[in-house]
Amino acid sequence: MAEILVYVDHVDGAVRKPTLELLTLARRLGEPVAVALGNGAADTAAALAEHGAVKVLTADAAEFAEYLVVPKVDALQAAYDAVSPAAVLVPSSAEGKEIAARLAVRIGSGVITDAVDIEAGDEGPVATQAAFAASFTTKSRVSKGTPVITVKPNSAPVEAAPAAGAVETLAVSFGPLATGTKVTARTPRESTGRPELTEAAIVVSGGRGVNGAENFGIIEALADSLGAAVGASRAAVDAGWYPHSNQVGQTGKSVSPQLYIASGISGAIQHRAGMQTSKTIVAINKDAEAPIFDLVDYGVVGDLFDVVPQLTAEVQARKG
Amino acid sequence: MSLRIVVCVKYVPDATGDRKFADDLTVDRDDVDGLLSELDEYAVEQALQIAEEADDAEVTVLTVGPEDAKDALRKALSMGADKAVHVEDDDLHGSDVMATSLVLAKAIEKTGYDVVIAGMASTDGTMGVLPAILAERLGVPQVTLLSEVKIEDGKVTGRRDGDTASEQLEASLPAVVSVTDQSGEARYPSFKGIMAAKKKPVESLELDDLDIDADEVGLEGSWTKVDSAAERPARTAGTIVKDEGEGGKQLAEFLASQKFI
Repeated sequence: MAEILVYVDHVDGAVRKPTLELLTLARRLGEPVAVALGNGAADTAAALAEHGAVKVLTADAAEFAEYLVVPKVDALQAAYDAVSPAAVLVPSSAEGKEIAARLAVRIGSGVITDAVDIEAGDEGPVATQAAFAASFTTKSRVSKGTPVITVKPNSAPVEAAPAAGAVETLAVSFGPLATGTKVTARTPRESTGRPELTEAAIVVSGGRGVNGAENFGIIEALADSLGAAVGASRAAVDAGWYPHSNQVGQTGKSVSPQLYIASGISGAIQHRAGMQTSKTIVAINKDAEAPIFDLVDYGVVGDLFDVVPQLTAEVQARKG
Repeated sequence: MSLRIVVCVKYVPDATGDRKFADDLTVDRDDVDGLLSELDEYAVEQALQIAEEADDAEVTVLTVGPEDAKDALRKALSMGADKAVHVEDDDLHGSDVMATSLVLAKAIEKTGYDVVIAGMASTDGTMGVLPAILAERLGVPQVTLLSEVKIEDGKVTGRRDGDTASEQLEASLPAVVSVTDQSGEARYPSFKGIMAAKKKPVESLELDDLDIDADEVGLEGSWTKVDSAAERPARTAGTIVKDEGEGGKQLAEFLASQKFI
């Protein structure tokens, strides 16, 4: 059976959810072989085996943390050379996309980014993508070389599928470009204790209508009552009310949760591009004409300062 | 010696227009107004700021695209870039990121550069990988997705705000840089800038000038193929209620009915 290379996104050995989703997709195409790099790489093996990895190739070296992107490309290429896979799947993070694209150039393959689904096809894997602010759905494939495809979070379910997960050390030799861009300092993002925005099952977002950084507390309270991540529109971020890392939209994160709650967001194209593929959408807005209401499964025309706290209290009451 | 800055820009259909695909599944450019991709304005802005800081610098804007793509170059020139290079060839129609990056890399080498600056992604394709691919093709450091950038003493430094950490990066020139929309508002062209832009040189190149064969680019020469594009079905009209004191409770009831609570 064909082997499918899966690039593992992990934090010190803790595998992030999008990688487990990738294993589900990889199993549709062949036998997943995972590649885990950097500090804690070997600790990923148990979770990867549990979700279908037949093999886990690991490498750790100081270069992975000290230099940008290229050492990881060198390592993924080493894995590619060792395995000769039928396809390479990479999580669609900013870094993941760059790693995938550079690998594709090196191995003479086409690259597809931000797939939301992958199926096996007669002429290789078929990737589904959302285009033009998710107003179109396209199906594409790589027509030259070994398909390299990056996949967005929440594109497939996480499924238990125990496999051997045999750990092998990957030999990596770094090329001259590997040390080109030095990471001279790194400040980890402070954890909010909330789920990661792109991975969350529920996202609660606030926009212009929130009207001030100090008012985001009511958005956060609703999010916490639901175990949700917090998002913000570009207007709210540009006004300095909430960090850019939480921006949902064309120039921020693109999310596809089970439930998206938009509060005080009008629904400009810039924002829709980042949330239109959410399964269920609800909105709270004062303006009955706001375009966000064209997208919703349920909308409340009203003042978010009345509606959101009432909703939060009701959720808390129902959850007991 | 003069600091040679090449800014890669893209001419895209207006994101606020009714964008769609043409019959051959390429981006339809006929029915929607085109313009300089908004995210590339940030790249032009940073290039101009770096040039202003340097003793001696020259900013060249480069695009690969159809005749109308000159509009994007003209906008960048009116913001203050010194000259433009336009790669235009009928055989380029339908080129994917690999084909386009090949053309850009050759044109960048032909133009000569110390630093290449690009936006974080195009607003139509939205892949966000072109700068990394250019770095790979040119064999120079990649210093991408910067929200702050500085060039001094033959070095580029900057801040990259990632998902899990914010990183300070440093690389020697020549290098490929990309900047995000957090890097600073782009300037508006002044009337004087607009007038001056009309006199600035725009060099036109064809594939022959770059030693690229027609079969390396275009729909046929691309390494990916779009098999279908379908308009997403409009979302079915939802229930909309007016808050008359119970809006939050009604919403909770809906969420409970959908098993979210």
